[in-house]
Amino acid sequence: MKSTLKTRIIPCLDVSDGRVVKGVNFVNLIDAGDPVEQAGVYDAAGADELCFLDITASSDRRDIILDVVARTADACFMPLTVGGGVRSIEDIRKLLMAGADKVCINTAAVIEPELVASAAAKFGAQCIVVAIDAKACKPGQWEVFTHGGRESTGIDVLDWAGRITRLGAGEILLTSMDRDGTKIGFDLALTRAVADMVTVPVIASGGAGNLDHLVEVARDGHANAVLAASIFHFGTYSVRQAKEHMHRAGLSVRL
Amino acid sequence: MTVAIVDYGSGNLRSAAKAFERAVAESAMCARVVVTADADEVTRAERVVLPGVGAFADCLASIDGLPGMRAALHEVVINAGRPFLGICVGMQLMAEFGHENGFHRGLGWVQGEVIGLRDGALKVPHMGWNEIVIRGAHPVLTGLEDGTDFYFVHSYHLRCEDEGENLAYTEYGEPICAVVGRDNMIGAQFHPEKSQSAGLKFISNFLSWHP
Repeated sequence: MKSTLKTRIIPCLDVSDGRVVKGVNFVNLIDAGDPVEQAGVYDAAGADELCFLDITASSDRRDIILDVVARTADACFMPLTVGGGVRSIEDIRKLLMAGADKVCINTAAVIEPELVASAAAKFGAQCIVVAIDAKACKPGQWEVFTHGGRESTGIDVLDWAGRITRLGAGEILLTSMDRDGTKIGFDLALTRAVADMVTVPVIASGGAGNLDHLVEVARDGHANAVLAASIFHFGTYSVRQAKEHMHRAGLSVRL
Repeated sequence: MTVAIVDYGSGNLRSAAKAFERAVAESAMCARVVVTADADEVTRAERVVLPGVGAFADCLASIDGLPGMRAALHEVVINAGRPFLGICVGMQLMAEFGHENGFHRGLGWVQGEVIGLRDGALKVPHMGWNEIVIRGAHPVLTGLEDGTDFYFVHSYHLRCEDEGENLAYTEYGEPICAVVGRDNMIGAQFHPEKSQSAGLKFISNFLSWHP
């Protein structure tokens, strides 16, 4: 199985009402709240993809993200994934038409799994990412949570990962709720269990605190890509440093 | 010069158009980029780009849904011999046959067929940055070298009948055709419009190519 495919590093920006609320904290930005400017910084820094998570609370302001996506896609020639509040085929269509390359579905997929199937059939599996928020319930077992990790579903993560893959998800964004924000490292057992079971790529998220964590989740957790927010936003490490560190550890990355 | 990006409803073409516009601006060319579903406009264009996202047969059916488009493509690419670029499924459609969701006839411009990625140990789709190995020198590959990374997203790939038309490959379980070329036609399995500076270089090479 010779392959020269690279492990991807994907910075994630939280956007609310068209403004970055959690993003890179560089002093030289003219407007740190402008998602397009932040996207440009990551583009120049060698990020492999970019992810916008739209956390706009009020539903009547949701379309603002479309303009952000369009302006970002006009300026950055890199893959862009958009998630947050995606509920329908129409939501997906609008984001793709605005310039998103992939759309991430989370809670809506649990409520209506058929949405994954119809979206994949309509737009192609390659642009449908299903996000799974996972929380450990027993050793070696995890449960799917929805609504930003607030609501339990009773669904087993491995069962769910298999099901959404069969329905047509092209990629899985796997977040450990236990590790998210802790900076103590990814849940390697969770990541590996899912990555080894499904045939589609898995993006690991939740827990990155240092560059060794990125190495571990790719090497030992078998993640195909790593989503990271705070370690880049606060300027602790640059994307470049992360990639060089992974390269030194023997991982294949795009330098 | 007019560059026509064929719009047959295969999804968002805005980023493709913007990448072509950027390449035009950076190389100080005088060119107009149009995204069009109009067969006449395609026939008049000096260069034609066929993008593609989705399944082989669906894309072909959508092209056939546009009045006169199949004939216009044949006229401009085969009869007039103007530079043509197929991207991703747009590249795969250049083949004689495709095996995605059944057996289908393609445009038949390059000999070969489109088959599924087979290595069971690797993830499908093949998604992300992978490096190309150049097999044959070609003007659209000028300034790009072995090891240059491009962004790939696909579950099927083109197996060329004529190895001489397989200009560059990438390694994913087996050598996967990354760039196919014949006469005035070129096809890229990767997405140049998503491949940052390497992609823009590839696009500007295509724009200045005189087959």
